[in-house]
Amino acid sequence: MSYRLGVDVGGTFTDLLLVHEKTGKTWSAKVPSTPADQSIGVLNGILRVCERAGIDPQIIDHVMHGTTVATNTVLTGTGARVGLVTTKGYRQVLQIARSYVPGGLGGWIIYNKSLPMAPLACTIEADERVSAKGEVVRGLDEEALRKSLRTLKVQKIEALTVSLINSFANPAHEQRVREIAIEELPDTPVSLSSDVVPEMQEYERTVTTVANSYVRPRVDRYVRNLKDKLAKVAKNAKLHILRSDGGLASASSAAEFPVNLLMSGPAGGVTGALWVAVQAGFPNLLTVDVGGTSTDVALISGGQPRLRRETTVGDVTVRASSVDIRTVGAGGGSIAHVPELTKALRVGPQSAGADPGPAAYNRGGTEPTVADANIVLGYLPEMQKLGGDMVLDRSLAMAAVKKIGDALGLNTRQAAQGIYNIVNENMVGALRLVSVEQGYDPREYALIAFGGAGPLHANALSRLLGSWPSIIPPGPGVLCALGDATTAVRDERARTYVRKFSETTAKEIEKILKGLATDASKGIEAEGVKKSEISTTYQVDVRYHGQGLRLSVEVNLGDLQKKGLKAISDKFDAEHKRLFTFTLPREHELVTLRAAVQGQGIKIKRPLLAKGGTDPKAAIVGKQKAFMDGKDVNAIVYDRAKFKAGNKVRGPAIVMEMDSTSVILPKHTGHVDKSGCILIYPDNFKAPKKAAGKRK
Amino acid sequence: MPATIIQRNKKPFKKTKVDTVTIDIIESALRNARYEMDTVLFRTAMSPGIREQHDEFPMIANTDGKMVVGQFGSFIWGFMQGYDGTVEEGDIFLTSDPYSVNGAISHANDWLMLMPVYRGGRIIAWSAMFGHMTDVGGKVPGSLPTDGTTIYEDGIVVPPTKIFKAGKLNEDVLRVVLHNCRLPEWNLSDFNAITAALRTAAARCIEIAERFGDDVLYSAMDAMLERNKRAMRVLIRQNVPETKQFFEDYICDDGLNMGPYRIKCAMWREGDKCIFDFAGTDPQSISSINFLLNEEMFKMFAGIYMIMVFDPQILFNDGFYDLMEVRIPPGSLLKPLKPAALSCRTHALGRIFDILAGLLGQGNPDFMCGAGFSDSPHFMYSGYDKNGEWYQLYQITFGGIPGKPFGDGPDGHSLWPSFTNVPNEFLESYFPLRIDIYETISDTGGAGKNRGGNGLRIGYRFLEPGEISIHDDRWLTYPWGANGGEPGARSRKLLQRADGTESLLPSKIDHVKVEAGDLLIADTWGGGGWGDPLERATEQVAFDVAAGLVTAAGARRYGVVVSAAGKVNDAATVALRDEMRAKRGPKKIFDRGFESIEELKARCKAETGFEPPRTPVFTKWAKVAAEALLAKELAAKKLANKSLATKSVATKKKRRKAA
Repeated sequence: MSYRLGVDVGGTFTDLLLVHEKTGKTWSAKVPSTPADQSIGVLNGILRVCERAGIDPQIIDHVMHGTTVATNTVLTGTGARVGLVTTKGYRQVLQIARSYVPGGLGGWIIYNKSLPMAPLACTIEADERVSAKGEVVRGLDEEALRKSLRTLKVQKIEALTVSLINSFANPAHEQRVREIAIEELPDTPVSLSSDVVPEMQEYERTVTTVANSYVRPRVDRYVRNLKDKLAKVAKNAKLHILRSDGGLASASSAAEFPVNLLMSGPAGGVTGALWVAVQAGFPNLLTVDVGGTSTDVALISGGQPRLRRETTVGDVTVRASSVDIRTVGAGGGSIAHVPELTKALRVGPQSAGADPGPAAYNRGGTEPTVADANIVLGYLPEMQKLGGDMVLDRSLAMAAVKKIGDALGLNTRQAAQGIYNIVNENMVGALRLVSVEQGYDPREYALIAFGGAGPLHANALSRLLGSWPSIIPPGPGVLCALGDATTAVRDERARTYVRKFSETTAKEIEKILKGLATDASKGIEAEGVKKSEISTTYQVDVRYHGQGLRLSVEVNLGDLQKKGLKAISDKFDAEHKRLFTFTLPREHELVTLRAAVQGQGIKIKRPLLAKGGTDPKAAIVGKQKAFMDGKDVNAIVYDRAKFKAGNKVRGPAIVMEMDSTSVILPKHTGHVDKSGCILIYPDNFKAPKKAAGKRK
Repeated sequence: MPATIIQRNKKPFKKTKVDTVTIDIIESALRNARYEMDTVLFRTAMSPGIREQHDEFPMIANTDGKMVVGQFGSFIWGFMQGYDGTVEEGDIFLTSDPYSVNGAISHANDWLMLMPVYRGGRIIAWSAMFGHMTDVGGKVPGSLPTDGTTIYEDGIVVPPTKIFKAGKLNEDVLRVVLHNCRLPEWNLSDFNAITAALRTAAARCIEIAERFGDDVLYSAMDAMLERNKRAMRVLIRQNVPETKQFFEDYICDDGLNMGPYRIKCAMWREGDKCIFDFAGTDPQSISSINFLLNEEMFKMFAGIYMIMVFDPQILFNDGFYDLMEVRIPPGSLLKPLKPAALSCRTHALGRIFDILAGLLGQGNPDFMCGAGFSDSPHFMYSGYDKNGEWYQLYQITFGGIPGKPFGDGPDGHSLWPSFTNVPNEFLESYFPLRIDIYETISDTGGAGKNRGGNGLRIGYRFLEPGEISIHDDRWLTYPWGANGGEPGARSRKLLQRADGTESLLPSKIDHVKVEAGDLLIADTWGGGGWGDPLERATEQVAFDVAAGLVTAAGARRYGVVVSAAGKVNDAATVALRDEMRAKRGPKKIFDRGFESIEELKARCKAETGFEPPRTPVFTKWAKVAAEALLAKELAAKKLANKSLATKSVATKKKRRKAA
């Protein structure tokens, strides 16, 4: 055990972080991404970072990788040609979907539905039927199936999905279809819905399994490619891929169930943020990752990211566990505009993206963006060079933002302040979804902002939500790679088991849960995790009989043995009350049982910052005229690399580093702590009584 | 006597100037609060209609009760007129009586709840929500009797009632109401869920007021209403001509074998004002298809249709109501007099949207969509299972979305916002049935440059003896096509008995007995097509054929000659299209699929298997009562005009004096 490497591939840059496990020393590198074949950029980066560290790549043990290959395949519609086998009568299950049309009353007028990921021309029916209880109502007509499968050969499908009605209750027919399919279409990979997501609801199960088939060939190709390239320079390194739920999967399991990777990229940011914040003593966190076109937010409670049982990419929602990350179309490149009809100021969701980018980039963009507003406000000084070498042109930003001012009758600085405030409000909307709407009070949470642009907005967002402190982690731009490097191997197994409490016993539940844990452990043991290092958690989804919702409740096996099913119903009632303010005098019902197993994460400590006095003047590099809270101010500009632990940085201030810029507003102070974080508090801060996120 | 509002703090709000950005921020905070109401409700309600299908409508209103965010327009003013008690802090109100709230809800299944939001002793906002209960008692399971003739047959009707007094639940009243429902536990859960949603919205309004101050919230809400009015004024001027536009459409029958019923509307503009007049609509039905249409709600529908294509980020609110006037004759199908039965109003409610599309489109055909909204078909199945337990299913199904200027209509989708289907595996797990068929029906969408969506076919296999009900329409008249598009196909219900016999079922019927093993094949209708089918790209037609959404025979309606696998014969296609172009008459703005009601009825039996419905007969009492009502209104108006005239004469005199 000596070196592990975190790799995060973004749209523009590939970030790498090399960690020496024993000392905790880290080296980072940033190289341009290579979208045509991402593995080229990854390899370049590995060579670069090893050169910096002065090591031979051959001694790297683990490469941990967050990838957006699966996500991009869905977003760009470039997945495989997928064939689908359904039960007779259900050929159009994806065409009909849930019959849902987004938007309000009249939303259908402007709604154009995208095509299903498995074309209808490639969908065939199997004559068979299983009941909801799992009994075979009608046997499988194998001859007819063979005939239909042969028509798929003509359609040149690249992957096959089988999703039959009620297969969650009895997978026998799906398994038989697979056997026949392998005989008829020997070179086509087959996914079964009862393998990928054995849960009730035919549309969700089908779309999830089809999505798996849809991204599978590309992910498989990418992973194989990367493995081959890696084998040449670092033959001892084991490749792991970060899953949407923040756990790690082996390269082979990632390639088989790529539907679990749709949130792989952003999940790295959340784990990285968690790692940094725990070092700084804050286990309760709101995370904010501000990118060019969008912002991802998540909530971490007691050191555990909140998970949800579905993943949404574009207009596709699948049943796969993921860190509950909400995305809002508000980032540095978001375009501000004033619609003729209403004269309101709107920011996003349209974005100038990386190309042409904000007006100040001088690449032909003329629309006013959030980045331009930040420049006009003086938050992004001209001396700051984005990504190390991009020059900002302030006059172009002024000209673009002036257009908004003219439309609203405001001067250019006021217009920029308006854009900044509105985009912050849009981000707060997403933060409320993960906090208030789930029954969590944001005032009990610290806020950590990362991504290149996050630290520009952190202070303002904390103020809107009352979430203190506002944490600026060291190296906000490479936090995802840090997350990748520090993640533990994790896996889970689930089973739909719909029973009223009166129809089952605590013993039965315990037996099933333990079985699921054994299955899940096998997977991670194969990854090289020692049995003794595995920790297991159990969850059950419960509801009142007749309800549509399901709440996940942690189960402690000891409690279950002692109190029986009451151990579950008590917890459920408390959670129901917390979320919805009432409980019901009704019988409880189990829906899903789940076991999650996890290996140990890396236990490294990053080197601490040298101790210094409270005065940060050694780090001052200049002054900057800025516009904060509607007033002109003279902000002091600091070089973050020169901060010492214990420094107190009074706002108004601007802190620069290689890949990011932080704003500290007037009447706020940034405290530099020994782990290298800047913790921003309002000067009159009083910790709320119940503050769970207070400093330890 | 209207309600008396009690406020400890008598200080009026101060209207202040709020900057654009703050208004935008408050607007998005209120929008978030409204979505949060949905979330709370969906997760805790029990009626599948609310929980899975989202048949519910939340709203937040300003101090005057004007809707600031929501979708159906405000009914608070109407509610206050119908309640003669006090409104105090902590109160929550419940009603299910359409007649007490001037149609803000339109049948007794909808439970409307309303809560004043107090801060510092005065009302800063209102939150309200209504949802469709699976059952509210009455003569049939589901409480929507197709043959009901008075509202008393529909079930329990709750007048505006203070259900929480200063935060304390009036348990006795609730007990009485629940006792009259077949599934009281579901009603209780839904009631709790709506209460929780109202309180969530209230908490959010209070938070916003704390952050910005009461006066800023008050003024920002005002500004949001004003902003909306400004936008609508432009839209009305651009899209509504001064000459009268007429449109009419039909409800096929009334469940008592009479029909079709005509709904007629005229639209024109006078200055900034858009006027809708329903004169010429048939009188109220003796059956339950009447739809008590609230004028404000209709304004909201019309406004949304206009706004949807321009700035969809505009928040719909009540701000533009002064710019519209809606005239509905009392005693008509759309303003029936009490105690007319209302439960099956869903057909007329849907048809209103086809009327709107037809009216608005005439001035601006590019802006028009085909017909399709038309209705939301209901299916009900109930009885006692093997274990002697009562089961009761109420399901809303969907059909073809019409072709529209922006593209094809999806197949088997919902035109109602946020509605979803119930997963069939869920149905099979909780009810004694199997869904043997669940697909859309080839060629049922109207042909057009943009194709109408296909209707939906559901094959219900019953596993226990029980009774079913069906509510739908468009079995006689077609969903019309627009701008050269063709009409969509009609609906049809076929019951195949386990004993081998089969029979067609009428579109509105209760108490159909079914046995284990019987199969109901329920087909809904397709959406109307949009634009000339001969202009549809041949590869699009070929794609639909390969997908099985259009058959090779159906492709000929587009003038496309194609093999069953979807391969186009180019030469034959050119020839066929030329031939069709030469043969057909001038382009039709509307294609209804019939020339006159008489002509349609003449071929009814041959095409549908049913004798045509009889010409409707109407009640005398409603006619007399409506005339009396009109005379009274006219007299009141004259009086008002007279006093106005005297006043204006007085002012003129004064002015002259001053001069």
